[in-house]
Amino acid sequence: MVELALPKNSTITNGRTWPKPVNATNIREFRIYRWNPDDGQNPRVDTYFVDCGDCGPMVLDAILWIKNKVDPTLTFRRSCREGICGSCAMNIDGTNTLACTKDMSGIGGTVSIYPLPHMPVVKDLVPDLTRFYAQHASIEPWLKTVTPAPEREWPQSHEDRQKLDGLYECILCACCSTSCPSYWWNGDRYLGPAVLLQAYRWLIDSRDEATGERLDNLEDPFRLYRCHTIMNCAKACPKGLNPAKAIAQIKTMMLERQV
Amino acid sequence: MADTTSRPAPPEARRPLSPHLQIYKPMLTMMMSITHRITGVGLYLGTLLLAWWLIAAATDAKAFGFANDVLTSFLGRIILFGFTWALFTHMMGGLRHFIWDAGRGMDHPEREYLAQATLIGGIVLTVLVWIVGYMVR
Repeated sequence: MVELALPKNSTITNGRTWPKPVNATNIREFRIYRWNPDDGQNPRVDTYFVDCGDCGPMVLDAILWIKNKVDPTLTFRRSCREGICGSCAMNIDGTNTLACTKDMSGIGGTVSIYPLPHMPVVKDLVPDLTRFYAQHASIEPWLKTVTPAPEREWPQSHEDRQKLDGLYECILCACCSTSCPSYWWNGDRYLGPAVLLQAYRWLIDSRDEATGERLDNLEDPFRLYRCHTIMNCAKACPKGLNPAKAIAQIKTMMLERQV
Repeated sequence: MADTTSRPAPPEARRPLSPHLQIYKPMLTMMMSITHRITGVGLYLGTLLLAWWLIAAATDAKAFGFANDVLTSFLGRIILFGFTWALFTHMMGGLRHFIWDAGRGMDHPEREYLAQATLIGGIVLTVLVWIVGYMVR
């Protein structure tokens, strides 16, 4: 359902402004979404000042600097700090991306940081991704075969392997799915760009023998066809992948098996 | 029966929804998608006006004269201009979706060009039709 406004318990209030670092020359203002599950208050936006001369170039460096030097209660996920784990996905400067690969110098003025959009918030910048993972499991993202397994590996030609390029790189960070207005309004029934890109990755794998079943599972007004090519997904993907195109190719496969 | 109302809600139930439209940066492709929806709704209203004008023409001279006066008044013309714009922008949007549905033009920068073409094409066609309309009057 399209609900443009936030629910009552989700409207954002003005938070506190934390002190500026002393003796710093290169100060950057950060406005960061906060929500504490334990204090019964609404979410708020806190203002921090980061000494950019004392921290690395990426947004993740800055929020780690805040956590270490200003406010240890600031909560977010991070792990690999090199864009391969997908943990630090968040909304930075209005678009979803990974904090670890987002260069601060590319952002003008104040840096605004929110959790991934239209998701239940566990705390601060940590969204609850339970449904997202369940949707991923629903497309059965593994090789399905009926022929007896060969003695060694399942062979694949170079050409067939190349079909997986632009798909296998997905790290399931959820930047694309949570950038999609269709997923915002119908995330309970629409699978969303990330999961559909994964679905396509298995559909076109030359070794997979469940293509028909996989397409049957997607043949649904919501699961697949809520994609209205809004294109936010393709613009958000921090790995430069194109979920919108993968979805269009699934739709083409649907059409091709009917004619 | 145990009293369950006095218990605090579980943390999952109290979780706020993170902001979405309020904070997402408006981008041309997204804006043209929203425009496509709005112009689609506008077309229903415009078609009602067109139907009213035709029904009035089929009724009698008095009814037609009234409908015609309303639609050709200054305000009427502005509404008709908007209807023309909605029609062409929606048509251009339809063509853009047609291309995308064929799986083409989805990469950067083609998708931006298609969104720009929708916007500019809709305006240019509208102005053209009105210029031609005034010329042949």
